[in-house]
Amino acid sequence: MHEEESATLRNTAILIAGIFLFWELAYLVVGEVALRSPWQTIQFLGKLMQTDIFWVHLSDSLKAFAAALVIAVALGLLIGFSLGLHRLSGDAIEPMLVSLYSIPKITLYPIILLAFGLGISAKIAFGAIHGIIPVALFTLSAVRTIKPILIKTGRVLKLSPTATVREILFPAAVPEIFTGIRVGFSLTLIGTVLGEMFAAQHGLGYLLMNAISLYNVDLIMAVTFLLVVFAASVNTLLLAIDRRLHHG
Amino acid sequence: MSRLRLYQLAVIAGFILILEALCLAGVIDKITMPPPHIIVRDFVSMVLAGRYFDDIGKSLSNVLVAFASAYVLGIATGCILHGYKTARDILDPLFATYYAIPIFAFYPLFIIMFGLGDGPQLLIGLLLAVVAVIVTTLNGLDRVPPVLMKTARVSGLNPLQTALRVTLPFCAPYLLTAAKLALAYAFIGVIGSEFIMARSGMGYEISYAYTNFDNATMYPLILMILILSIAANSLLSHWERVLLARRGQK
Repeated sequence: MHEEESATLRNTAILIAGIFLFWELAYLVVGEVALRSPWQTIQFLGKLMQTDIFWVHLSDSLKAFAAALVIAVALGLLIGFSLGLHRLSGDAIEPMLVSLYSIPKITLYPIILLAFGLGISAKIAFGAIHGIIPVALFTLSAVRTIKPILIKTGRVLKLSPTATVREILFPAAVPEIFTGIRVGFSLTLIGTVLGEMFAAQHGLGYLLMNAISLYNVDLIMAVTFLLVVFAASVNTLLLAIDRRLHHG
Repeated sequence: MSRLRLYQLAVIAGFILILEALCLAGVIDKITMPPPHIIVRDFVSMVLAGRYFDDIGKSLSNVLVAFASAYVLGIATGCILHGYKTARDILDPLFATYYAIPIFAFYPLFIIMFGLGDGPQLLIGLLLAVVAVIVTTLNGLDRVPPVLMKTARVSGLNPLQTALRVTLPFCAPYLLTAAKLALAYAFIGVIGSEFIMARSGMGYEISYAYTNFDNATMYPLILMILILSIAANSLLSHWERVLLARRGQK
């Protein structure tokens, strides 16, 4: 196990080095017109972080993302548990959730904008609808695959439905639910950024779109880099916890 | 099974009826959303008049190009990677984290690099779809029984022949799953890009209609995209189930 972990670490290091090398080569081929080198990007990001306006955009994005994630996890768990405990509803609604998962949800964004208005609540709602479905689907399958004997034990002990969820179902389903939350985290982030890119006055997504019209390559590269690093490192961390929960 | 279908129909019908009631009662005002029956009426008249067929055609052809290139590239990469364990181990962390990365964040960069045309949209669709195909192909190839590989070796097939005649046919169900994922991602990538910034296409027309408060255009187009993507997805899912069932019986 220990050897395996160090192998993964080494592979990740090689991969990151490879990506930076590819980036540097691409920069040398494409040139200053449309790209910046890794070093220039990191330097510009450092400069950007010293401006106040950057922190306004960042905190706006983070606030929307955090609220969306809380809503996605709460509603996802609620939907997952209710569908998982009722066989027919689960069987009927699961395929519907799966097909909702595969539609381009961005087309629903105008509806959300019309309903919530152009502000932070529309971004939160849009981020949340991206995250709810994976959390619900993973929770549903987690509750379903719980050994029936555990539920029977609960019944024998005369636990109330809420106590059954709290004492038996939830602990047994934690690894699977965590996977759902990990996927939900990523999708909520994608949803929030996507929402900001289409219509917003604040946030990192807005900053990106604004940079196109200003033809500010430095800004585009720096913000894209920041988003990718943030998403990739949080996901790697969650993935490590996820693996430990499943095998530990 | 039929009880299940009935339940599903009831859920959809109930949802539409509630929307209709809320719209007619004025809880949802007309500026936000027209009642569902008006949307359907507008949708029918849009289709009959052939309006926006240019945009629909353009979006769909871009989706198909992105899908096809991601599919071919993904299967080829999967087959090659399968033979190189070290390369695969190095790329593994990338595959594990790939779908956590907001690929759409690269769209502005691609616009700067390639200009505001089909290129950036196709690239986003391709990037979203290709990794799902690679991972699913690898997954399928891992399950090829060693005896099949031995047979291929005994028959003196070269690597390309082995792939085309032995391993890929064995992986057919996985390749179908890959096709389903790739099509869904190509849809999301192309329509999403059009939506954010473009000069034509269904996504662009929806965002244009949104800016002009043109609900009579926006809602039917949204309905169109939902129908197209759900239909494509259900068709491939159905085919996948048929293929899996046939394998299971053998």
